[in-house]
Order: sequence, then structure tokens, then C-alpha cells
Amino acid sequence: MKITMTVNGVQHSDEVEPRTLLAYHLRDALGLTGTNIGCDTSSCGACTIHVDGESVKSCTMLAVQADGSTVTTIEGLANGDTLHPMQRCFQENHGLQCGYCTPGMVMAAVSLLEENPDPTEREVRLGLEGNLCRCTGYHNIVQSVLACAAENNGGAA
Amino acid sequence: MIPAAFDYVRAESADEAIALLTEHGDEAKLLAGGHSLLPLMKLRLASPTVLIDVGRLEDLRFIRDAGDHIAIGALTRHRDLETSDLLGEAAPLLQHAAGHVGDPQVRHRGTIGGSLAHADPASDLPAVVLALGGTLVANGPNGEREIAIGDFYTGFLESALEPDELLTEIRIPKLTTLGWSFQKFNRRAQDWAIVGVAAVRAEEGSGVGLVNMGSTPLYAAGVVEALNSGADAASAADRAVEGTEAQHDNNATVEYREHLARVLVRRALEESGLA
Ligand SMILES: Cc1cc2nc3c(=O)[nH]c(=O)nc-3n(C[C@H](O)[C@H](O)[C@H](O)COP(=O)(O)OP(=O)(O)OC[C@H]3O[C@@H](n4cnc5c(N)ncnc54)[C@H](O)[C@@H]3O)c2cc1C
Ligand code: FES
Ligand code: FES
Repeated sequence: MKITMTVNGVQHSDEVEPRTLLAYHLRDALGLTGTNIGCDTSSCGACTIHVDGESVKSCTMLAVQADGSTVTTIEGLANGDTLHPMQRCFQENHGLQCGYCTPGMVMAAVSLLEENPDPTEREVRLGLEGNLCRCTGYHNIVQSVLACAAENNGGAA
Repeated sequence: MIPAAFDYVRAESADEAIALLTEHGDEAKLLAGGHSLLPLMKLRLASPTVLIDVGRLEDLRFIRDAGDHIAIGALTRHRDLETSDLLGEAAPLLQHAAGHVGDPQVRHRGTIGGSLAHADPASDLPAVVLALGGTLVANGPNGEREIAIGDFYTGFLESALEPDELLTEIRIPKLTTLGWSFQKFNRRAQDWAIVGVAAVRAEEGSGVGLVNMGSTPLYAAGVVEALNSGADAASAADRAVEGTEAQHDNNATVEYREHLARVLVRRALEESGLA
């Protein structure tokens, strides 16, 4: 089936098998390997991307379901060499160790702040409940998101 | 993990979805948010040969005040329920529980219709709709019919929906709510409940639904009967396992589930001021 979607601002038209999962389409057909596949069973959130501005687990969506949609992956966040504020806050707050969960965490966190620009620490933890990290113990991830929210709201980072 | 091959058709209207179901029969499955069906297909526990995508039926995505009830389109996502002020006023139990389904990513895709139709005893929303006494509207080749939620669940992952029927609307009676509670006990934040309880106390009466206490979502009839005859929370909760058939799995033994059901029902009754 022929599908068309805008990925990170670029329109792509591709022939896909209906059973192709969006995560695989992005990685294998479009070469966007920043979207990691961790569990492949909808649990870990490593594959989180945005479809029409909202976080989804791309291992649990068919590429054909995203036909006509606007997709953003981790590769689409930075502006040239300038990191997206959330990426920078992860860097500054040591929000990652091995980095495997990070693309999904950052995408989930950006979506979270879109929906709730001024979350409490608990709301950040709940907002990231779909993303697992085996390294950090979450603490610095939560700090990163809170720092980014504070910055967006004009406060001190 | 890749699902087995299938043909994919996107329905542009409810009528087209029903016509496609009629045409393809048992081989076909409706695809809504895909957050129950796709994981099963990836594990090859389900291998429909035709998928009928109803995910774009925007006219089945609504939450409306319909006088004596709130009408919810079957394609309304958990996220839409969670953020609906109308639902917050008229059915706060449902609004709250929708916000506890899975995680934000799941709630951006999963729908109330898919949750109810999937008929998983571990799902949250069936127990909530049981507690609230909802009515489901199904559409098929012979037109529309209403199914009381109490008649909807017939077995494990089985419902009263015919294979050629589409769930189109969920009707939640507008109760004068005095109190409510949703108790979900799980090990990891995003998981299904090991046991869950949805309770509502309203001027019109009380309702209690149980998550994961048998092969179908259950109504705690014994608890409600006890409440109606004036029992307090503790003694009503003693009847929580009446009519249940809890299963043993990696998370819990039967005994543990039954213990949880009593404890969570008592907490739910206390929190909703039921007794
Ligand atoms: C990681 C994860 C965690 C989850 N955690 C929870 C949880 O804690 N609690 C919980 O309750 N659920 C949970 N879920 C399930 C989630 O709520 C699903 O979204 C929901 O159960 C199914 O809705 P769907 O729209 O995705 O349906 P789909 O997966 O598209 O469909 C499910 C079934 O219903 C049928 N169907 C769908 N729509 C209709 C319709 N309108 N008419 C007739 N049949 C229809 C389909 O044919 C299919 O058989 C979780 C899912 C995941 C992936
Ligand atoms: S790879 Fe998609 S949730 Fe883990
Ligand atoms: S940084 Fe290693 S999994 Fe999160």
C-alpha cells in the first residue's frame, strides 16, 4: 500500500506492506535509526515518537495507520547544531547514561510538557510511566524535565 | 516481532465498516487504536487476514451531553476522556479511570470502544462502565441495537457483539454522584491491574465493578446487595469475591487476588462514602 507522511518536515511517499510497524518503517525504510526498539512489546517506550504532535509507541502502530500524518522523531527535534531545549536539559542534568532509552524519554517528555507545561515532580514521574530506563534510576531524567519546564516558563533552569 | 500478513482496508464511514465486516466475515477484525489487537498480532496470538481500520471515523469520536446520559463515541480515545470537563462533571469516575489506563502513549491511541469490545477482564473501563450502569450501542447489517453493559460480557475476550457489528456509542447515565472511587493495584506503574475496583455512590443507587477477578469484567452484585440492605463498608466488602472466579498467574495466586478484592472494595467503599 502506498502511504505518504511528513517526517521531520520532509514529505515521504513509500510503498509498505500493511503489516509493517511504524518503528520499522522509520528505521529501515527512512533510515531514522534514532528511534530505538527496546522491548518490541509496547512496554518500554524506547520507540516513542510524535504522531500529529502526540507521543505514541511506534512499535505498536502500523505504518499504514500513520498515512497522511505528521511524524516527528528524535532526529527532528534539534535545529541544526542547536539542541532542542529538552535535549539540552537532559545533557545539562545528566539525564542519561547509556542513552538507549533517551530518544523515547525525550520525545515523551516533550509531549508531556505540551500537555502540561508546568508539571509537579509527581506529574513528571506519572507522565513518563510508559518509559523504562535501566541506568539512571530516573532521578536525573525527572530533574531534566523539570529544568526544561522551568526554563520554558521563564524561571531559572 | 511482525504480525502475520493481512489485507488492510480503511473504512471511511460506519456503514462501510459494517459492509466490510459482512463481506469478510470471521477472517476480519476491526482495528481502532490497535493497542490491544496489535500486541496480540505481533505475538501471533491473533492472525486476522483482513484488518478494517475504523481509527479515522471522526464522527464516532465525541463526548456529548444527551439529556439523561452522556453519549460517548466508540472511537473516543482514553486521552479525550481523561481531559473532558463534561465527563469530569457528569461521570468523574470514568474520567479519572481513563487517566489510569496504561501510560500517556497508550492513552493517545487506545479507545473506549476498543477497551470495551476487547472484553479483557483485566481492562479498567469495562469495570467502570459496569459500575455506572452504561448502555452500549451496536450497529450491524440489521440496524442499531442497545446492549446493557450487564448483558455484554459473555466469556473470556468474548462479548454479545456479533461478528458483523460495530460498537458505535457508549451511554453513561447522568447520576447524581455522591461519591466514587477507583482502586487499581499493580506492580509497575503502566501495567494492567492485578485487581481493580470501580465504585460509585449516587442518589439513584450504588454500583461496584471488579477488574481481573474472573474470565470477564464483573459486577460485584453481592457487595451492592449488602449495601442496599444497609451493610457498612467492611461487611459489604466481605462479599467482594461472591460470584468471582479469580485466576492464578505470574502476578498473583487466587487467594491473593481474593484478599486484594476484599481490601480494595473496602477502600473503595470508604473513599466513596458508600458506607
Ligand atoms: C502497554 C499497554 C498498557 C496497557 N494498560 C492498560 C491498562 O492499564 N488498563 C486497560 O484497561 N487497558 C490497558 N491497555 C489496553 C488499552 O486500553 C487498549 O487501548 C484498549 O484495551 C483497546 O482499545 P483500542 O482502541 O486500542 O482497540 P484495538 O486494539 O484496536 O481493538 C481491540 C479489539 O476490539 C475490537 N474493536 C475495537 N473497536 C471496536 C468497535 N468500535 N466495535 C467493535 N469492535 C471493536 C477489535 O476488533 C479488537 O478485537 C494497555 C495497552 C498497552 C499496549
Ligand atoms: S520498543 Fe516500543 S515500547 Fe518498547
Ligand atoms: S540511560 Fe540507559 S536505559 Fe536509560
